[in-house]
Amino acid sequence: MIIAERKPFEEIKEMLKSYNNVLNVGCGGCTSICLAGGQKEVNKLNAELTKEIPALKIDGYVIERQCNYDFFADLDEKASQYDAILSMACGAGVQFVAERYTSIPVFPALNTVFCGVDRNVGWFEENCRTCGECVLGETAGICPVTRCAKGIFNGPCGGTRIDGTCEVDKNTPCAWTDIYNRLKEQGRVSNILDVKPIRLWQNQTRRSLIQEDYKARYAE
Amino acid sequence: MKSGSNLEKVLTAGHFAFTGEVGPPRGANVEVIRKKAAFLKGNVDMANMTDNQTAMVRMSSWAGSMILLQEGVEPNYQMVCRDRNRIAMQSDVLGAYAHGIRNMLCLSGDHQQFGDHPNSKGVYDIDSVQLIGMVKKMRDEKTFLGGDKLDEAPEMFIGAAANPFGQPFEWRVHRLAKKVAAGADFIQTQCIFNMERMREWIHQANDMGLTEKVYILAGVTPMKSVGMAKYMKNNVPGMDVPDWIIKRLQGVDKKKAADEGIKIACEQIAEFKETKGVAGVHLMPIEWEHKVPEIAERAKMLPRPVV
Repeated sequence: MIIAERKPFEEIKEMLKSYNNVLNVGCGGCTSICLAGGQKEVNKLNAELTKEIPALKIDGYVIERQCNYDFFADLDEKASQYDAILSMACGAGVQFVAERYTSIPVFPALNTVFCGVDRNVGWFEENCRTCGECVLGETAGICPVTRCAKGIFNGPCGGTRIDGTCEVDKNTPCAWTDIYNRLKEQGRVSNILDVKPIRLWQNQTRRSLIQEDYKARYAE
Repeated sequence: MKSGSNLEKVLTAGHFAFTGEVGPPRGANVEVIRKKAAFLKGNVDMANMTDNQTAMVRMSSWAGSMILLQEGVEPNYQMVCRDRNRIAMQSDVLGAYAHGIRNMLCLSGDHQQFGDHPNSKGVYDIDSVQLIGMVKKMRDEKTFLGGDKLDEAPEMFIGAAANPFGQPFEWRVHRLAKKVAAGADFIQTQCIFNMERMREWIHQANDMGLTEKVYILAGVTPMKSVGMAKYMKNNVPGMDVPDWIIKRLQGVDKKKAADEGIKIACEQIAEFKETKGVAGVHLMPIEWEHKVPEIAERAKMLPRPVV
């Protein structure tokens, strides 16, 4: 899931300062689940904005997902009534809204932080950098790109502490120490004995993807 | 000869190598390097020029290496993966070679979070093991990483680092093996204080036949004081400082602690000289370059062989 957090209030206030009639659009997808941009968070932000900027007219509306136009029908009707839109979706959703209503300024209320998991209620951890070439099968289900501070493929580096923590932080386990230990437990250390070749990074330009089964459909 | 560097000549002639290290200045002050070089000249076979160590901005290591060359000290050009992508790295290797640099050390680099620009974007396009392979490919196959031919090969003597101490300990020798497989010609180890672990690691390296394929230079750092020993033990990642070192430094008068530190270093060097699989010592006296002549003398490393 995409994890996001709300921008500082002052930053949001600054973005909206030239507008009097704003629609705050929540997202029922990831940002709702990670407690950053669902109905509850839309209501909370709008209450704060109303209190701080009495002249501002701000409404709230949550759509199922801001990353799919199938869910935009209601929004299409409402959008033109406002002079700005605030989006509580991830960066992908904000851009999709902006692309849909090009005459209306669209502002992000959130910072999109990472692709991760719920460690507990309201507590999330990054687990994937969407590099486009997954090696988790070799590395015992521990991502070296995300979890190693240097993202190296032939670790651990010389900075691992004596107790097996990362040089960057005494409380962060060294990803490669964990990879080694888990592979050892599974009898698969041979996975990492050979030098891993230099990566051909896939994520340096914007990517688009059509699933194999749909290629014929979009052939033109 | 792969590079014809002095270090390579010393090692292939079977001499016990003795190398030093210089940290470049935090500014454009050339005199700082010249002064440090003067202490090293004739006392070491070559000296490392560190690359923005601890992620603090300093004069670039290839530029510092050039100044060492001018001063008659053979440089070992350190290059970290933190700050450059594969394009810049290959370009710098060519440039360094063009100016007469013949040794280089391929490192991951201390994470940028340690330094004075903690929120800079770390590059790590490739890692240190892959960097070794890339330089070897340029040297031996006259080929860029991307596959194109290059016109004149940078004939570098390729170095790499090894840390015999970090966790997981039993994996450390395998990481050395990966660096050897990638093409490292020589290895400089992390500062060694835990001699027991070092002995075990070298024993493993001997057993795996690695020491026949690569020259291992054991890293030695003389402790200047009890405070330094405690700091290194508690605050420097990757360091393994056993209590006996601290106790020995505490056991002498405060004014004699530095001398005791040098004594310990000399004892280590004497042992390494007799250790199968250790081809030399890499001396890293941290901001203590002026002590190198004394340490070289007391460790019986002088005169240096002329080959």
